[in-house]
Amino acid sequence: MPTLDEVTNEVLQLAADHFKVPRQQLAPGDDFFKKLGIDSLQALSLLTKIENHFHIELPDYELQGVSDFRTLAARIHARL
Amino acid sequence: MLNLREYSSLGAALRAALERWPNEICLIEADRERENLRLSYRQFKERALPFARALQSAGFTADTRAAIIMTNQSKWLISAYAIFYCGGVLVPLDYKLSAAEHLQLLAHSKTEFLIIEYYLWRAIAQAAQFRDLMARVVIVTEVPANAELHGAARWEEFGAGGEPEFVERKRSDWACIVYSSGTGGRPKGCVMTHDNYLEQCVALTSLFPFWPGVRYLSILPTNHAIDFMIGFIGPFICGATVVHLRTLRPEFIREAFTRYRITYITVVPMILKNLERGMRERFAALPPQRRRVLQAMIAIHRALTRRRPHVWMSRVLLRPIHQAFGGELRAIFVGGAFTEPSTLQFFYDLGIPVGNGYGLTEAGTVITLNDFKPFRADTVGKPLPGTEVRIVEPDANGIGEVAARGKTIMSHYLDDPEMTAATIVDGWLMTGDLGKLDASGHLQLFGRKKNMIVTAGGKNIYPEDIENAFADLPVKEFCVFAANYIWPQRSMTGEQLVLVARIDDSSLPAEELGAKIAEGNRRLPDFKRISAFLTWKRDFPRTASMKIKRDALAEEIRAAVDRASLIPV
Repeated sequence: MPTLDEVTNEVLQLAADHFKVPRQQLAPGDDFFKKLGIDSLQALSLLTKIENHFHIELPDYELQGVSDFRTLAARIHARL
Repeated sequence: MLNLREYSSLGAALRAALERWPNEICLIEADRERENLRLSYRQFKERALPFARALQSAGFTADTRAAIIMTNQSKWLISAYAIFYCGGVLVPLDYKLSAAEHLQLLAHSKTEFLIIEYYLWRAIAQAAQFRDLMARVVIVTEVPANAELHGAARWEEFGAGGEPEFVERKRSDWACIVYSSGTGGRPKGCVMTHDNYLEQCVALTSLFPFWPGVRYLSILPTNHAIDFMIGFIGPFICGATVVHLRTLRPEFIREAFTRYRITYITVVPMILKNLERGMRERFAALPPQRRRVLQAMIAIHRALTRRRPHVWMSRVLLRPIHQAFGGELRAIFVGGAFTEPSTLQFFYDLGIPVGNGYGLTEAGTVITLNDFKPFRADTVGKPLPGTEVRIVEPDANGIGEVAARGKTIMSHYLDDPEMTAATIVDGWLMTGDLGKLDASGHLQLFGRKKNMIVTAGGKNIYPEDIENAFADLPVKEFCVFAANYIWPQRSMTGEQLVLVARIDDSSLPAEELGAKIAEGNRRLPDFKRISAFLTWKRDFPRTASMKIKRDALAEEIRAAVDRASLIPV
C-alpha cells in the first residue's frame, strides 16, 4: 500500500493535470480553493479523477470541510 | 393535483397523495450511474408507516420535534412523512454544517428525535459538546458493519408492525422549524406552520404545475426551503416523481438529465453559471459553419419567444441542445442567491426558461417569481399570488426596503420574541433587502440594508457567525462586516466579507496580520472566508452592555476611508 506521502504526491499531480497548472506550484499544505481559484463544484470534479486513479469510491462528503491537499490525501489513504 | 383547501396539514395532504397515485413512481434514488431505489407511492407508504409506528412506540407524540440531518436521499423523505404522519414538528438541518453547529441547533430546537446519516453522526459523536446532546432517540442510516453507534439505533432495525395512528393537525400548528442560517450565538429558527406550506404550495403550483409523469431532479439540499417545497411537497401532492442524486459532480448531473428525462430542476446560481460556462465553451469549439447555423437558430428562436416561452418550438428549433438535457426539460429554477440577468437571458434564448425568484426562509420559499409573461431577466419576478410586496420608505428613485405580507410568511422565530418583533412589523416581513417595484409590478433588487452576504452557492453568511475563527487575532479588537454594509453598492453579487482590526503602535505589521487572518480562514469553509481587511486606529463604539455598535462603526469607517483602503488577504 502506498504511504501517505506518496498518495499526497499523486493527488498533487492529478490536481495539476486536471486544473492545468505546473505541478511545482502546488504544495501539500496549499488551500486548493485559493491556490487554484476554484469553487466547491470545480473541486468536486477532481474527485472522479481521484477515484479512477486509486480505484476507490470517494463519496462527495469526503470533501466536506477539506480545503488542503494533505487532508484530502489522508481521506483517500484511509480508503485504500 | 390534490385540492389542498381540503387538507389541514402536510401529513394529511401527503397521506391523500399516497392513496391517490399508488402506482405512480414517487421517488428514484441514484448514485453515480447506479440506481439504488425506485418506489411507487404505494411502496413509499409501505416503507414509511412501519417507521412511523416505531416512532410512536418510542414515545413520539403530537408536537414532538424531530430533526433530519441527511444528504438528499429516499430516507429523508420517508422520515419526514413519518414525522408529519405522527403530528410531529420537523427540524430539517443543513448537513453541511459542522458537528458543533449541529449540536447547537439540536439543543436550540429542543429536538427529541434525530434521524441522521452515519458519517454525520460519527462527527457529532466525536465533538466535544456531544455529552450535551438532548435527543433521546437517534436513528442512523448507512451504518457500516461493526461501527460504534454511541447509543443510536440502526435505520434498518427501526421499524414496528401494526398500524401507526394518524395524528391530525390544524393549519395553525407548527410543521417545521427551519434555520435560516446563523449559528453564532443567536440561531434563527423560523417556525413555519402547516398553513404556510400548504398556501405556498397552492401558489407555486398555480405558476409551475406538476403532474404524474413530471420528473424533478433534486440536487439542492432538501433541508433548504426551496427543495423542501419544490423537491418534495409540490411533486408529491401532484403525483410526480422526485429523482435524488447522491453526488453533485457535474458529469453525473448531466447524465441524470438524459437518463431520467428530467422536467424540472432547481439549482443555485453557482451551478447555473457553471452550466453556462460549459455550454459556451462547447459552442465556441464548434466548427465555424455549425456555429453560424446555431447562432442563426438562436436568433430566430429569440424573436419567436419574445412574448412567452414555446416549449415545443424550442425543442424543434434547438433540438441538439434540448436533447443534451434529456429532451423534456421545461424550466430550471434558480434560488438561494441572486442570479445575473445575462445568465438568465442565455438560457431563455436557448428555450430553457429559468424561473428565478426572490425569497427568504422566513417567507416560506419565495416572495416573488418570474412567471415568463413576459420573461424579464432584469427582475426577480412578480409577487406570488396571495403575497403582497411593498417598498418601505422609498428614496427618490423608488428604492427602499422590501417588505412582504401573506399566508406563507413564518409564524415567528423560535424563542426569540425580540428578533421576531424586529423582523415582522405590523404583519409585514422586513426583508433587509433593498428593492423597487416597477410599473408592471416586477421587483428589482438593489443590494442589502442588513449586514450579511449571500454566496453564489446560496449560503447566507452573517459576519458575527465567523468571528470565533479569529478569536486569537493579536489585535485590541476586531469586527467582521459585509463590505457592502460599510460601502453600500447597488449589487446583489460578488459580495465579500471584510475584517476591521483595531490596531495600535505595538500591533503586528499589516503583512503579518494578513497572514494571521489567512490562518483563521483555514478554519472556515471556503464560502465563509474573509477576503480583505482594514486597519483602524480608534476604539470601536460600544453599547452600555459593551457590545460593538456595528452600525455606528460602519458609519465611522465609511466617513473616513473608501474600499480602496482594504488589504486583500
